[in-house]
Amino acid sequence: MNIQGQGALVTGASRGLGRALAEQLAARGARVALVAREPGALRDVVAAIRGRGGDAHAIAGDISDKTAIHRIAGQAQGLVGEIAIAIHNASTLGPTPLRLLLDTECEDLAAVLETNLIGPFRLTRVLAGAMAIRGAGVIVHVSSDAAIEPYPRWGAYGASKAAQDHLSRILAAELDGTGVRVLAVDPGEMDTAMHAAAIPDADRSALQAPAAVAARIVQMIEDGGRAPSGARLVAPRWELSP
Amino acid sequence: MTAALPVPLPVRERWPAGVTPRADRGERGERGERLALRSDEVPRHAVWLVVIDPAGARPPRLARFAELPQLLRAGDLVVVNDAATLPGSLPGVTAGGSRFELRLSGPVEAGRLAGVAFGPGDHRTRTEDRAPPPRLAPGDRVAVAGLPATVVGAAGRRVELAVHAGGEALWQGLYAAGAPVQYAHRRERLPLWSVQTAYAGRPWAAEMPSAGRPLTWDVVLGLRRAGIAVAPLTHAAGLSSTGDDALDRALPWPERYEIPRRTADAIDAARARGGRVIAVGTSVVRALESAAGDACPDAGQPAPGPAVRAGSGVASLRLDAAYRPRVVSGLVSGLHVPGESHFELLSAFAPPEPLRRALALAAQHGLSGHELGDACLILPA
Repeated sequence: MNIQGQGALVTGASRGLGRALAEQLAARGARVALVAREPGALRDVVAAIRGRGGDAHAIAGDISDKTAIHRIAGQAQGLVGEIAIAIHNASTLGPTPLRLLLDTECEDLAAVLETNLIGPFRLTRVLAGAMAIRGAGVIVHVSSDAAIEPYPRWGAYGASKAAQDHLSRILAAELDGTGVRVLAVDPGEMDTAMHAAAIPDADRSALQAPAAVAARIVQMIEDGGRAPSGARLVAPRWELSP
Repeated sequence: MTAALPVPLPVRERWPAGVTPRADRGERGERGERLALRSDEVPRHAVWLVVIDPAGARPPRLARFAELPQLLRAGDLVVVNDAATLPGSLPGVTAGGSRFELRLSGPVEAGRLAGVAFGPGDHRTRTEDRAPPPRLAPGDRVAVAGLPATVVGAAGRRVELAVHAGGEALWQGLYAAGAPVQYAHRRERLPLWSVQTAYAGRPWAAEMPSAGRPLTWDVVLGLRRAGIAVAPLTHAAGLSSTGDDALDRALPWPERYEIPRRTADAIDAARARGGRVIAVGTSVVRALESAAGDACPDAGQPAPGPAVRAGSGVASLRLDAAYRPRVVSGLVSGLHVPGESHFELLSAFAPPEPLRRALALAAQHGLSGHELGDACLILPA
């Protein structure tokens, strides 16, 4: 997909990978709706993108809030028009330090699923129909290797990401032939606030910069041949083309 | 619902196996002499379709909406309106503290909100019984949806406001304070999601393009599997009632639309192969007929050149029994009885007798004429 002139929506866009994705989509000429909970940080990101000539708009909203989903989607389409690219990037680890499953409150698991699985599903339900009727769109689910590997203490997060991976595959199968591509992307370990919350003593020099990962995800959006619908891609293994 | 027409007609059709029609709650007259429909909401998956042959050669019959792929033919084209429904009922207050309700009549353009103002109260009061709005004159400062604004145009209840805030604050305010426009026949507030089609995109519609409500993705993908193309346009469906007789008589007002190039091409392709163009909803009819090119003298007579112009336009055309559609050959619509403005539009697609028989069948089986109710399909052979 040629990103130039497309409407895009990125959740969790006030920091980390979401911010980098919004910046790079805007740099390629997309009209970008940035969604995040904290209006202050989001405003700063939007101002920075606009300062570089990008088309960016802030929408304060919590995707785990059922009543917010249509408001977020409506504001986004009012501001940037049709959404052709939707990136489900916002997610939560649940309470940190991370706990064993038997020490995880049921309510905390439910809250992680609301943010990481059900919220993105609700947003997809609102956005993907317009993509499919028009015959074009890309939906990206930001995943994790915790969706594959059974890391102790990553139960709530890992289960939510595993479920989202499968949701992504089934959605891709159901939308086959409509022109809408659905991807799951494991970004790999990045130097972000979320990583620091999960693994405070990590060696940050060994972590990827979010901007480097965003560059690969942007290429996945552009390159339907190398990133076909239903694929689960691992960003560090994606060969960046010039 | 003023016309008293004789029903019932003999019903020759059978209900599909295992299906029980909804019980008639007796909204017809005691002897069943009035052509009245129920007025309750029908779940999207349970909508019935009255299939009408405009030539009158075949009697009307009932089908489930989900049978649409079997009712059409490979090569036909279904055109839908992908406008999302705005939260277009907005609270307002004048500088002097008088409250009003603004109902948007169309999309937000360049920070302008255009619509119809009502006095205090809400949708539970019929529009024609609503208190008049406070006097609003150009230059007046007001707040609407919590946003400071200036009145830039006013003609009776019709007003246009310029909102001082930028796009982000404007859209945030609309979605925080607004609710879908509703009417008195339904008391409880409809949530925003319940008035969206399954393919809704940009928020352009003042009221839901409701003919598409039963068009689930199961049905859309079923149509495509059956070789029936489905293509969108965006049409800013406006208000259906203002509470003011003079304004109501002029409805629908000019409405903005946009037809994608792919959809215009799909129409040409369908006509070239002898397929029918089926509009889902009257807003689609208005857009396509307004965009009909000069190369489109009559439906069914393909001529060189595109049938409709792709791109943006304003639909000002009025459709009634005298109108002869040039692009659209068939129509999916809600059920409307004589006297409703939408009935006049149906009359452009079928003469009175087949419509009357179809409505009689609908009434007899307790179908709903609610805008979120059952549906009809006017389908030429």
